[in-house]
Parts: sequence; C-alpha cells; structure tokens
Amino acid sequence: MDNTRRKFLKLAGLTAAAGVGATVIGSKAMASGAPAHGAPAGHGAPAAAHGGGHGDVATGVRQAIVIDTGKFNDNPGLAEKCQQACHSYHNVPDFGNPKDEIKWIWTDKFANVFPEHSHYKKDDRISSMDIIAMCNHCENPPCVRACPTQATFKNADGAVMMDFHRCIGCRFCMAACPYGARSFNWRSPRGVDKEGHPFIEKMNPKFPSRMRGVVEKCSLCSWRTKKGLDPLCVEEANKTAADAMIFGDLNDKDSKVAKLLRSKFTIQRKPALGTKPSIFYII
Amino acid sequence: MVNKVLKGNGLYWGWLSLLLMIMGAGAVSYLVQFNYGLGATGMSRDVTWGIYISQFTFLVGVAAGGLMLVLPYYLHDYKAFGRITILGEFMAIAAIVMCLMFIIADLGQPMRATNVILHPSPNSMLFYDMIVLNGYLFLNVLCGTVVLHSEYKGIKYPRWIKPFIYLSIPWAISIHTVTAFLYAGLPGRHFWLTAVLAPRFLASAFAAGPALLLIIALIMQRTAGFNVGRIAKDKLVTIIGYAAIINFFLVGCELFTAYYSNMPGHMHTLDYLFFGLVDHSTGIMHNNLVPFMRAFVVMGVVGIGLLFAARRAKSDAMLATACVLIFVSFWIDKGLGLVLGGFVPSPMEHVTEYVPTVVEIGVAVGIWATGFFVLTLLYKMVVAVKRRSEDLLEIE
Repeated sequence: MDNTRRKFLKLAGLTAAAGVGATVIGSKAMASGAPAHGAPAGHGAPAAAHGGGHGDVATGVRQAIVIDTGKFNDNPGLAEKCQQACHSYHNVPDFGNPKDEIKWIWTDKFANVFPEHSHYKKDDRISSMDIIAMCNHCENPPCVRACPTQATFKNADGAVMMDFHRCIGCRFCMAACPYGARSFNWRSPRGVDKEGHPFIEKMNPKFPSRMRGVVEKCSLCSWRTKKGLDPLCVEEANKTAADAMIFGDLNDKDSKVAKLLRSKFTIQRKPALGTKPSIFYII
Repeated sequence: MVNKVLKGNGLYWGWLSLLLMIMGAGAVSYLVQFNYGLGATGMSRDVTWGIYISQFTFLVGVAAGGLMLVLPYYLHDYKAFGRITILGEFMAIAAIVMCLMFIIADLGQPMRATNVILHPSPNSMLFYDMIVLNGYLFLNVLCGTVVLHSEYKGIKYPRWIKPFIYLSIPWAISIHTVTAFLYAGLPGRHFWLTAVLAPRFLASAFAAGPALLLIIALIMQRTAGFNVGRIAKDKLVTIIGYAAIINFFLVGCELFTAYYSNMPGHMHTLDYLFFGLVDHSTGIMHNNLVPFMRAFVVMGVVGIGLLFAARRAKSDAMLATACVLIFVSFWIDKGLGLVLGGFVPSPMEHVTEYVPTVVEIGVAVGIWATGFFVLTLLYKMVVAVKRRSEDLLEIE
C-alpha cells in the first residue's frame, strides 16, 4: 500500500512538474550516463532529488543514533563535552547571544525536546534532566523537500547534508524543520567581537568554516562515518560512559543499534509528523 | 506613450522626488545589511523570517487582487470597469516588482539567487513560486502595455492578446495559491498547516488589492481629474466587501477548529497573536503582536460596515476611509501576524519575539517606495492615454 502510494506520488509529482522539472532531471541523468544515483556533485540519493525523501531508503543503509539519556543524567557535564567536541571540530562560532546563535548539538528540558509527549506529573528525574537535541536525519526530511536549490539533500547512507556553497540563505529549510535543528549565519562567523575575541575560538583547518548568509547543521559526521568511525559526539560520550550514545545502521539487523532498538523501549521526537527521525532516545 | 511620464505638474514631480529620497535611504539601509549580513535585521534563530517575507506574502495578494478588475471586464464584458481594468494590471506589475525585491532582500546570499534556476528543485514550493511570480509579471507587462498602446493609437487591442489575458486570470489565482503552499505544507508549524490557508490568502487578497486600487483612484480623482465612475466604485464596494467578509469567515473557521478541538499546538499561535503566550520554561508573557491583531479585527469590521454605508451615502470620503481601514487591517493580518505568528512558539516550544531593526524597516520602506514609484509612472501613462482618447471622442 505504502509502496504504491509512493509510486503514485512520484508520478504525480513529475507530472505536475510539467516538463520543466522532469526534463531537466531526465536530461541530467542521461547526460551523466548514469542513474540519478550519481547525480552531479554527489548530491545524494534519488530520493532527495525527486520526491523530497519519499524514496525507498529502507533497502539501503540508514544511519541512526540511540541516546541513553539516563547515562547523561548520571554523568553531569557529559553532554557539554559532546557539544564541545562537535563544535570545536566543526568551527561552530559562539556569538554570545541567542539571536545569532549557531548550534549543531545542544541540550534542553524533556518538555522542550519532546513537547508533544506528556510532561504532566512526570517523575522528578525526567523533569530536571537535560536531554540532547540534534538534527534527526529524518527518513522523510521536510527541509530537503523545501530547499529550492538542493543545497540540503539526503546522502545514500541516510544522513541529511548541507552544501554551504550552494545555499542561497532563503531559510525555507529552517521554517520547514520541526526540530529547530538548523542555524543560520546571521553575520560572518570568521569575525571578531567588540573586544577583538574571535567567534571561532580556535579555527580547525581540517573543516571548512562558513561564510555569512548560509544555513548549517549537524551532518552526522559523514566525513568520519565514511571511514567507519563514529560521529564525534558518540565517540566523546562513550569515552566517559560506555554506550551513552550508540551509532550504527538501522537496516542492518545485526548492528548494535538495531539490536538495542529491538530490546529496549525508545522514543523519537514528534513521531506524529511522519518525518521518521533517525535519532532514538532511551529515557 | 512612454514620454507621458516626463510631463507633469509640481505635485507630480514633488511626489516622485519624495519617493526617490526614500528609495535612496532604502538603498543605504540595504548596503548596511549587505555588508554586515542579515544579522542587521531583527530576525533570529527562532524567528527566521521577518517583515521582508511577510511583505512579500502580502504583496503577492495585492498583485493577485488585480484579478478582480480583469475578470469582470474581460470574462463578463463588464463595461463599467473599462477605465480601471488597466489600473489593476499595472498595480499587479508594481506589486510583483516589490515581491521580487523583498525576496532578494531576504536572501543570505543574494549573489547566488540564480541557483534556483541552475539547480531546479521541483520538490520545493519556492521553485514554483519563482515560475508563477515571474510568469505573472510577464503576463501583466505584456497585456497591460499592448492594451494601453492600442488605446493610445485609438484602435481596439489585437486579437492575439486575448489568450494571454485569459491565461492571466487563472495565473493570478496560482500566484497566491503557491505562496500559501509555501507555508501550508510544512509539518510542525501548526498555525500554517491548514487547508484554508490558500482560500484565506485569496479572500484577503481580493479585498486588499481592490481596496488599494480604489484608494489610489480616489486620490487620482482629486489630483489628476481621473474619475473611475460611480458604477465602477459601487461594484468595487461589492467585491471588496464580500471578499473581506469571506476572509473574516475563514479566520473564524480557524478559531473554531483550534479552540473547540482544544489541541494545544493549534491554539498556541492564536493565543500568542490575540491574547499573549507564556513561555513555560521562563514564565515570561509574550504579547507584542496582540494590539496589532486586535486592531486588525476592529479595523476590518468597522471598515466593512463603513464601506457599505459609504455606497449608500454616495460619499467618496467615507469610501476612502473604509478602504484605508480594510487595507491596513488586512496588511496587519497577513503582512505581520501570519508570518511572524507562525514562528511562535519555536519547534522547541520556546517563545522568541521579533522586533524589526531600523535598517530592516529602512529596506522595507525603500522597497515600498520603489513600488509606488513604478506605480506612479505607470498610472501617469494610463491617465494621459485615457484623457487623450476621451478628448478624441469628444471631437468626433
């Protein structure tokens, strides 16, 4: 049923594109002599290019993270360490004010991370707990659907990516994201504040810094996972508390995440929206 | 025909100079923003669109509103609109010019704007918005100038233009529908996620667009001796009045669905807009749009009443007041509340309020001035041509 609906939507979408979109995509695929899979500049799976994430990702790799919130609660300061590991490597600037704020991974209260779950008369531990929030790398990402330039797209491994050089800064993806996972460079992150203090404490030459006027977010450390490494936050978390965060392929039934999801009760953020997040929480 | 814009009285040149000065101030403001980045505006991580996108949304409506003059004249051969149909088409041109400028002003990387064409993405509503807006601009420039030029030459417009005029009618509907779809297709933004958004956009557009046109026509009646005629005015009252009533009906539908269902997500933004919303993590009440939204309701309702009263009293002064009330009311509704409200609360259910900066207001006012500049030149041409053709008739 789901499959036929997808096919119908794809067909309807292409028909609606009335030649314009369809011919462009068609000619692109033909010109490169390859299936749309190898679309120009590595712009991801056909799912992203065509139906905005309505593709059959279930048959391929789908990277996911399981977060054990209890372990973070038992180790105060651990989430901050993960954030530090991520932000310092990825040259995430600190402007010192919430208006310009850029963040890839952060914490908030249960009621804010899970606003659609009941937080009525929850136990004291949950009410006081800080919970990690980050991009959910949705299977059906609304941001990819909204982007007018394919500057945000889905990798074949399931990660939702950003091309900082193609982004026009329209911020449609930020309106579309139901998780507040995206940040915008309201001003140049390479600059300094009034006291001459740089917004990026220590520039990491191994990762590009951004220019003003583009959107950015967590990329699930695709540059690491390609080499078989865990994302930075996962690596950092597990240094202090083993299995505080577990990374792996959801579709590989022998992977640690897949096994864990079969044995533990987990929740996702805003499941009713149909975005199918790839970040799971053990509360 | 174009040379007509070069001849005018002191009032005409004074008005154009004033607009040019405001445009200059707008250009300086934009330079500030261009050099610093969009951080020069009041927008933030939580409220990522501000008055630029809200003005854009409202002005797409003004452009689509021209339809209410084109449709009766060309489709129903309603002769009384003969003098003002062209005004509707030219108002659409000025409005679309402003829309495109507001979009460019809102881009973080305006130099990359052509990426929308270089990397076409048929899954994005913005892709279609680009097509329909530019298409509508083209259609109105074409139809407006061909029809006016024919009149200038004293002949009936050529037959080949008819299909383009007919095409422009559904096209006007499409521009505002696609603009509504920018919002109405986003999961997780409850305030926008409603099927009546496109109908509501159209209803408010069909009131606000003709209301603005009637205000300008009444001004031109005093300054340029251009009279649209009592019958046309009375018909416009019917159009504006009913469209405004339908808009309020649809607002009422939204209120019913949210408050009778009692679902928090659906009530939050309406609470914020009409009563104020408390951020549950800080306990602080946020309500800076409440006075505006209440003014929207009061001005709208009073405006509708006054509109029909003005027709009965045959009073142009009352009519102008009613149109100003309705126009400002619907500008608040769509040009402020709709876009800004949609971002409250944030996806993490925090409340961040937005206040535009001086730079941002400067850019916005500069773009409005540019629109009025374009509109003034176009209407100058129309008045000159209409006067000439009527003089010729009298000689005959």
